[in-house]
Amino acid sequence: MTVLVVAEHDHKILSDAGRRAVAAATALGEDIRVLVAGHHCRAVAEAAARLQGVTQVLLCDDPLYEHQLAEPLAVLIAALAADHQAVVAAATSHGKDVMPRVAGLLDVGQVSDITAIESPTVFQRPIYAGNVMARVCCEERIRVLTIRTTAFAPAAEGGQAEITTIAAGPDPGVSRFVEDAMTRSERPELGAARVVISGGRGVGSAEGFGLLEAVADELGAAIGASRAAVDAGFVPNDYQVGQTGKIVAPELYIAVGISGAIQHWAGMKDSKVVVAINKDEECPMVQTADYALVGDLLEILPSLRDGLRQMKA
Amino acid sequence: MSERESMEFDVVIVGAGPAGLAAAIRLRQLAAAAGRELSVCVLEKGSEVGAHILSGAVFDPRALNELIPDWQARGAPLHTPATEDAFLWLGRERSVKLPLPPQMHNQGNYIISLGNLCRWLAQQAEDLGVEVLPGFPAAQILFDDQGAVMGVATADMGRLADGSEGPQFEPGVELHARQTLFTEGCHGSLTKQLMAHFDLRDGVDPQTYGLGIKELWEVDPARHRPGTVRHTIGWPLDHGTYGGGFLYHLEDHQVAVGFIVGLDYRNPYLSPFEEMQRFKTHPAIREVLEGGRRIAFGARALVEGGWQSIPRLSFPGGLLAGDAAGFLDVPRIKGSHNAMKSGMTAAEAVFDLPADGAGRRGEAVDYRQRLDQTWVMQELHAARNIRPGFRWGLWGGLAHAALETYVLKGRAPWTLHHHPDHAALQPAASSTPVEYPKPDGTLTFDRLSSVFLSNTHHEEGQPVHLQLRDPALPLSLNHARFAGPETRYCPAGVYEYVQKNGSGARLQINAQNCVHCKTCDIKDPGQNINWVAPQGGDGPNYPAM
Amino acid sequence: MKVLVPVKRVVDYNVRVRARSDGSGVDLANLKMSMNPFDEIAMEAAVRLKEAGQVSDVVAVSIGTDACQDVLRTALAFGADRAILVKTPEAALEPVVVSRILKAIVDEEAPQLVLMGKQAIDDDCNQTAQMLAARLGWGQGTFACRLVLADGEARVSREVDGGTRTVALPLPAVVSTDLRLNEPRYLKLPNIMKAKKKPLDIKPLDSLGVNTSTDIRCLGVSEPPARKPGVRVESVEELLHRLKHDAQVI
Repeated sequence: MTVLVVAEHDHKILSDAGRRAVAAATALGEDIRVLVAGHHCRAVAEAAARLQGVTQVLLCDDPLYEHQLAEPLAVLIAALAADHQAVVAAATSHGKDVMPRVAGLLDVGQVSDITAIESPTVFQRPIYAGNVMARVCCEERIRVLTIRTTAFAPAAEGGQAEITTIAAGPDPGVSRFVEDAMTRSERPELGAARVVISGGRGVGSAEGFGLLEAVADELGAAIGASRAAVDAGFVPNDYQVGQTGKIVAPELYIAVGISGAIQHWAGMKDSKVVVAINKDEECPMVQTADYALVGDLLEILPSLRDGLRQMKA
Repeated sequence: MSERESMEFDVVIVGAGPAGLAAAIRLRQLAAAAGRELSVCVLEKGSEVGAHILSGAVFDPRALNELIPDWQARGAPLHTPATEDAFLWLGRERSVKLPLPPQMHNQGNYIISLGNLCRWLAQQAEDLGVEVLPGFPAAQILFDDQGAVMGVATADMGRLADGSEGPQFEPGVELHARQTLFTEGCHGSLTKQLMAHFDLRDGVDPQTYGLGIKELWEVDPARHRPGTVRHTIGWPLDHGTYGGGFLYHLEDHQVAVGFIVGLDYRNPYLSPFEEMQRFKTHPAIREVLEGGRRIAFGARALVEGGWQSIPRLSFPGGLLAGDAAGFLDVPRIKGSHNAMKSGMTAAEAVFDLPADGAGRRGEAVDYRQRLDQTWVMQELHAARNIRPGFRWGLWGGLAHAALETYVLKGRAPWTLHHHPDHAALQPAASSTPVEYPKPDGTLTFDRLSSVFLSNTHHEEGQPVHLQLRDPALPLSLNHARFAGPETRYCPAGVYEYVQKNGSGARLQINAQNCVHCKTCDIKDPGQNINWVAPQGGDGPNYPAM
Repeated sequence: MKVLVPVKRVVDYNVRVRARSDGSGVDLANLKMSMNPFDEIAMEAAVRLKEAGQVSDVVAVSIGTDACQDVLRTALAFGADRAILVKTPEAALEPVVVSRILKAIVDEEAPQLVLMGKQAIDDDCNQTAQMLAARLGWGQGTFACRLVLADGEARVSREVDGGTRTVALPLPAVVSTDLRLNEPRYLKLPNIMKAKKKPLDIKPLDSLGVNTSTDIRCLGVSEPPARKPGVRVESVEELLHRLKHDAQVI
């Protein structure tokens, strides 16, 4: 089976999400081709060629793809797709924008946000915000798939694929790039952060959140809070993680002084690794976390910060 | 202040429960039969009809038979006839079958979801031309210049926590009517104001209440016996506390399990929620639930005062019906049939109320007499002494109930009286703390994971709908004298005493958890908590409770 | 100028769902249903364009059983001028089929703009708007957090990973809405009553001549796997060691 992976990149670097999409593709078939469409993006194609499992890199270098607009990209991908049984991309904002347009051009259904590949035609994906898992069978002539990046490890280095240059597709002329406004926050955005450290009422005060921030600085983490901490006035409302606040699914979630009411769990239960730091060893968060450390937060947080510093040094 | 729009109806009904919907249907039936145009609207604070309805329920179809005789053909959700009844006394480990009192025979009755019945009734009402408007709580009673009730205003939407108008602010709407029916259910927030304004409780006993906590379970098909009805008394309550449990097998492998605690309980350490959790661990209950999964949770106060607590039912411009007035029959453990019948009777009284030539709003004073002639009041009068007899404890109460039922047959020459529930608490100092077992996460649960299953929701940033008259009283009275009973009687974990750094405790009100059961407004020892309607559509979203 | 707003009836945002115990699907019995929240944002955006005088007609369309009339009445109460129900025997359709149906409606209605939620909160697919745009050959402004109509173009600021990207789309175009685009209004009671009298056309699916077949099917659903029991660590050192070497997250 031949699989086409749509690589996500910034014209210089192949994204981590793109590497994960390649890894997912290896579960679908042996002949894996990676499309790198961009402008002055040969370095990306070279990086893709070095990934294990990649048999061929298709490089389409043209100003038309400078801004990665969905309309011209989808035309290019749909034309290439005819020679493939599956087209795969990461379910990032870019993959979510482009891939359904590809499926629409091909008049086939798409399976979004795949978290597990059972067979080349059977997939698992979360529905209802992750409260239910669905098993989906897709037998379209071309399977258009997006994968949830956190569910697949990035493809390893060690491949030696050839790079084939292909011609640009037509310009549909129905969209124009205007501008980008990327947030330049020192802290990652709560909903998108790889690491989140959240404080609860147990943090005790707004000052207590200062200790949390010091740890977050070391980890490059976003800061969240439980409803109780927001209600107590320690932090503003937009910090709130939970059923009524933000839903997060970072790789690492550190809950500090959070008892772990189910409403809070509803907002972070899809986190890959959960750490509880709490003085109450009976609280639900300590009982359910992957790693729990029981003790005085005012002592633990500074030594955690120091430990992280040492690890970096 | 933004101008409020107003709309005119002949009759406005507050609350789309069994009483309000039966009243609406009866009004439109009467109007159709008489060829009269009569506009009827029903306001409902829940996000949809049924969202705030919670009942056992074993339903006596008597009133429904009178209201919609062909309900079966119209697909009313009465699917499970009650086929097998038992009344159990529970000890810690064992259970003893007690003789089934005649009031508890359920032949001809159905095990139902009252929420689903209300959804169906609302559809019937809409088909008859009633405007049913869920998501719009009545928040204010409007009076005309004669002092009669002239309607209600719906709640404002989009106020900020400090009460000011937010960017999305939408003022409430005034609904004007010739007659307004208040069918808010047990301890309605506007009904409470009407009682005070028109002195409707003068000369009658105080209302007394129970708190019912209910869970819906999907059980192992091998343990499911549709139509089976179980009622229990005894464990886990002590003999001085009134209450009991129920277990009803519905259709689709579902079982309703619940526990009711009389809110005249004395020990401030008692937690109705924990009693309910403990109840499920009794072998007689555990054997049904084990291996199943809990799919819904909710709680609601219910009226227990009966006949001697029924207030004056009419006032200029309006009436009370259903459990807003209080027609639940305690020995029968049911009230929906009475609620419906009272709503129908209120509708008839309103329909026959002669128009006042001068355009004044009348008072349907004959509503009470009409009701006295129905089976509702006969039933309640006969049962009137049974609940107050439990002042003599479980065994005294049962013996007295047997005397009333079998010997006097409801014709006792005396009437036992009630005391208000909020005055029943004993100080913590002279009470014994209760040690409740920890939840096991499969049969018993903590409060917050339970609240989660009520699907309750309150939009952020609105004013707290649980208002304290005196913000100092929680600490000086509730916490100091009664060890913070609101942290235990609230089944939703709304109230918490939080330690402040070095300066003692403060009361934290997690209003977003509220399931609208009204217990705090009833049981607060200082009568300091005032429950008002939050924004429209907020509160629980019960699926089929 | 006409705007078409497709709206979907889904389980209410505040209601918890669960898989049926036999895994055959999600148990929807007796659950409160509402308009998909992202579609409410699309409705609000459409009505605001109308209030600003940039749009003359707002048409809401839903696809499903008769029960979908309730979300169309909600759309009418928001301020839609009329509504169309494409009546189907079943409620759940794959986005690819929905996009074919919507294409047929767009061909009939000829709107200049289709405004719709970026995803439905039941199947979480996030596909229909893009598929529809592809079929129409129109530009797509997905995940919109800002929308301006000027000079025959839609200027759409899109929520993308790491910030926002603004694109310009010559009309007609398809725009899918994200959370920050607006905060939908509270419905006014008089508008809900007026909505009951606004026109709602019912079109049988057959009348559109659309291919409804798809090669995607759901094999079953389950509750998400429970977390494995955790480990109690005794010190900060042990925690850091485990996070680095066992969990490999730092």
